[in-house]
Amino acid sequence: MKHRGFTFEKLKIASFDFTCCEGCQLQLANRESTLIDFLELLDIKNFRELSSEQFDDYDIALIEGSISRQDEVERLQAIRRQAKTLVAFGSCACFGGVNSLKNKFSLKELVAEVYPGMKVETMPVKKISDVVKVDLSIPGCPVNKEEVERIMVNLATGSLVTLPKHPVCFECKAQLNTCLFELGEICLGPITRGGCNAVCTTGKTPCLGCRGPSEEINMPAFVELVKARELSLDDLQEKIAFYNAFEGFSNHEA
Amino acid sequence: MIYKVIAKSEFKRFTDALLRDNTSFGPRQVDTDSRGKAVYQFLPVTSSDDVAFNYTVTASSAKHFFLPFREELSRFVFQDQEWDQQINYEADPIVLIGLRACDISALNILDDVLLKGHFPSPYYLAKRKNTFVIGLDHLPLPDCFCKSMSHHTISTGFNLFCSDIGEDYYLSINSSKAFNFLKEFDTRDPLDDDNCRLVERRKIISDSFLSEVDVTALPSILDIEFDSPVWEKWGNKCLNCGTCAMVCPTCYCYSVEESFATNLKGATRQKKLYSCNLVDFAEVAGGHNFRPKNGDRLKYRYYHQHRGFAENANQQICVGCNRCGRACLAGINPKDVINDLRMEKESCLTNISSSPDRI
Repeated sequence: MKHRGFTFEKLKIASFDFTCCEGCQLQLANRESTLIDFLELLDIKNFRELSSEQFDDYDIALIEGSISRQDEVERLQAIRRQAKTLVAFGSCACFGGVNSLKNKFSLKELVAEVYPGMKVETMPVKKISDVVKVDLSIPGCPVNKEEVERIMVNLATGSLVTLPKHPVCFECKAQLNTCLFELGEICLGPITRGGCNAVCTTGKTPCLGCRGPSEEINMPAFVELVKARELSLDDLQEKIAFYNAFEGFSNHEA
Repeated sequence: MIYKVIAKSEFKRFTDALLRDNTSFGPRQVDTDSRGKAVYQFLPVTSSDDVAFNYTVTASSAKHFFLPFREELSRFVFQDQEWDQQINYEADPIVLIGLRACDISALNILDDVLLKGHFPSPYYLAKRKNTFVIGLDHLPLPDCFCKSMSHHTISTGFNLFCSDIGEDYYLSINSSKAFNFLKEFDTRDPLDDDNCRLVERRKIISDSFLSEVDVTALPSILDIEFDSPVWEKWGNKCLNCGTCAMVCPTCYCYSVEESFATNLKGATRQKKLYSCNLVDFAEVAGGHNFRPKNGDRLKYRYYHQHRGFAENANQQICVGCNRCGRACLAGINPKDVINDLRMEKESCLTNISSSPDRI
């Protein structure tokens, strides 16, 4: 690809799944309107949902999922050694995700409940940055394909890669949605990073914070508004803990 | 201005014809909130039955019909070593029915800012010129303070304005387009009695305000109170979510982004309405932020709203609709913030030296 003397190299990319549903990777094959153009940007070295060929000479590694077994730690470390840019891809990779709910229980209890009578090796769930250095995070459950596309274009052209710093509310208002707090619900929109186009709240489902905290959230004011509206602090705790994305904020007065 | 009176039944026929043949938007109920109150928004309407003529106020203003939340400014096509820029200013004609006096005042303020400055916006102009605006008067809500801002009545900026005088609407006709449309319908010149009913209606509206904000000399008070602790106090409540600016009928600040097409054969330049309360509003290259604190950002929103910028002759751009106050989850509203600022100012009165003796 050439433009005014600049040559854009295709991105040598690989995608790997750990403890997850593979839903984020599946998003890469979505959005058919631009899928062919999107794949043109990429030289796919390893991605089992798109191709059976596997090569190890990738520059960018998309890591989906959290880490919950020792063999995953070793596999991740090997990927880190190869990748120039390691991307935490999706909420499980960025924050631990839904899998982190596991960490509230003892491992013994969990194995007995889920795999009764079987010998299963497991450990508390970790996010990717707990194990290796992460160069770029793309949060979301699942990731927003449009955002992934924009980021890949920026990587290919050497442009600045950014995530929106504002919360979901800002995008929700552009959809002319009725605020879910006005409908008596707790919604994490005011403290959650935008970029999802408020897809859940537009469907009248409260935000559970899959994209993690927006820049400089005001947690005391947020807790205060939940109290002022006499909404359930237990409900608030449950929502904040859902993706494990508000570590360090979650015990705030609630 | 030409004045006519139309029976409400005939007005229904008029709006039916207008809305059927044009892309139209008017107030519609979208929800009932947890306190049992109806929530309205300006949405597509195709007949008078779709229009909630008795609505209170829309949660979001009509601003986005003129300043879309996201708008493509231009498109670039790369060819060999060259590129072409394509710009489209055209706007399809629309009808907006049911705007309140304050909403139309807001459009007049946007006209001042976006059309009368050094760099008039052709994007805004196209939409403004191609929008047929029908206003509708209403009794103020308990928290409306447009009277304090002198925006509870309106004499320009619309095609047609309807005052509810019982069985009829008293029409203020402000454009030849509206006059010509109405020729097809049964209207009459106002009689003495109609004029009396209009005056009475205006008096009832004017006397019904429960909220008042003292904005006299507010621009200078804002200057003096630049370092007031009031800003930090209210800033600490702010969630930095930008909701206030999004629902506001006059907040026009925006950001511009350029992005490559996925096929790298072109690019677009997009404009996105932004808010001065968002954390990166005043962030520049290198990550330096001129307004890192909530209180600073909130302060500048009030400065822009109530002190004004040179672009519109330093006039206040707040129209007093209180949409921001209603939408703010943190309970920040202009009435309380401005009153707080005044109280702060007046608390020093006991400390100043006594007046000179009278002779």
